[in-house]
Amino acid sequence: MSTLKVKIWRGEEDGEFQSFEVPARENQTILDVVTEVQRQQEPGLSYRFACRVGVCGSCAMTVNGKPRWTCRTHINAVAKDGEITIEPLRNMPVIKDLTCDMTDFFQKWQKAGGTFKGTVTRKDKVVTIPPSSPKRQKADAGIECINCAVCYAACDTVNWDSEYLGPAALNRAWTLVNDERVGNQKEVLDKAIGDNGCSSCHSQGNCTASCPVGLSPSQSIHGLKRMSLLSFLGTEV
Amino acid sequence: MARSNKAARNHTSYWASIGHRLSGLALAAFIPVHFYVLSLAANDTGALDGFLALADQPLFKIGEWGLVVLLVIHMSFGIRVLILEFLPWRHGKDGRTNLVWVGCIAALIIGVYFLVRAV
Ligand code: SF4
Ligand code: SF4
Ligand code: FES
Repeated sequence: MSTLKVKIWRGEEDGEFQSFEVPARENQTILDVVTEVQRQQEPGLSYRFACRVGVCGSCAMTVNGKPRWTCRTHINAVAKDGEITIEPLRNMPVIKDLTCDMTDFFQKWQKAGGTFKGTVTRKDKVVTIPPSSPKRQKADAGIECINCAVCYAACDTVNWDSEYLGPAALNRAWTLVNDERVGNQKEVLDKAIGDNGCSSCHSQGNCTASCPVGLSPSQSIHGLKRMSLLSFLGTEV
Repeated sequence: MARSNKAARNHTSYWASIGHRLSGLALAAFIPVHFYVLSLAANDTGALDGFLALADQPLFKIGEWGLVVLLVIHMSFGIRVLILEFLPWRHGKDGRTNLVWVGCIAALIIGVYFLVRAV
């Protein structure tokens, strides 16, 4: 059986690559390889995963230089001459090996106004929102985010400016300002267009090019930029 | 070996933004020269005539050509960013990347026109 040469980051911010060899199998994802290394060769290897089917967003790592969801990344799609390099995501502090500290990433969702604050209680009647309404469609386009931070790791602006809220948090804010059930849209918009918000985005679209579920944070951010201009001009948003 | 610290950069929008920025920097570097020559026109016509004679040299023509091409690139890539930011997108992946090619082709056509006129 042929083998795969795998280099895996070991340590914290300071660390080094450790090389492993694992059998090359017909059907194998990056996450399978990491798991195989941990189970068979290096029990001390730290990494995160949960669902293994692209839903939970916990397994993202840098694979051959690009951030990816490892449970849905087939080896054959990324291995170069039977070699793979696996590192933790960039733009977040490394805790150990392949796990990074996502505290900032999630706090920025709060800073961008990401908490849902509705207008009704569970005792009220359910509000009907037609799926065909233009606002609902805008919200729907961004709503399937799995919080994997792949876009956040791909973003150069986050890399240059650690305060920048980043693509995922702003994408979340965009879905809220378009969600007719949200009661504090003005507050969310103010946060998303305020300091370190959408105006810091350089429009390069690394986020959109990398999002594994095919969302377009870049489109959402540009929507926020337009809204920010309209609100500056005094137009009702 | 250190960790890699690159983003997922190899896509058209990224290269367009690099083109936009580098052309902007090159044009910014040219501006002081431009103002210097303008000041010659105001203060020292003799020196200006000398400079204009120099500016007829082929090397200068090539420089001028480069400047025109850079201007077209910078302007068209800048217009693309404005379109991206202020007009609705047709779909989520719509980076208006076709506009990058339109800008490149415009720069090519205007560059060729400039060359043909110069010779
Ligand atoms: S488009 Fe904006 S948010 Fe997306 S990667 Fe670029 S700078 Fe970051
Ligand atoms: S927008 Fe996409 S890449 Fe970013 S966190 Fe959500 S699912 Fe992941
Ligand atoms: S393990 Fe849940 S998305 Fe990969």
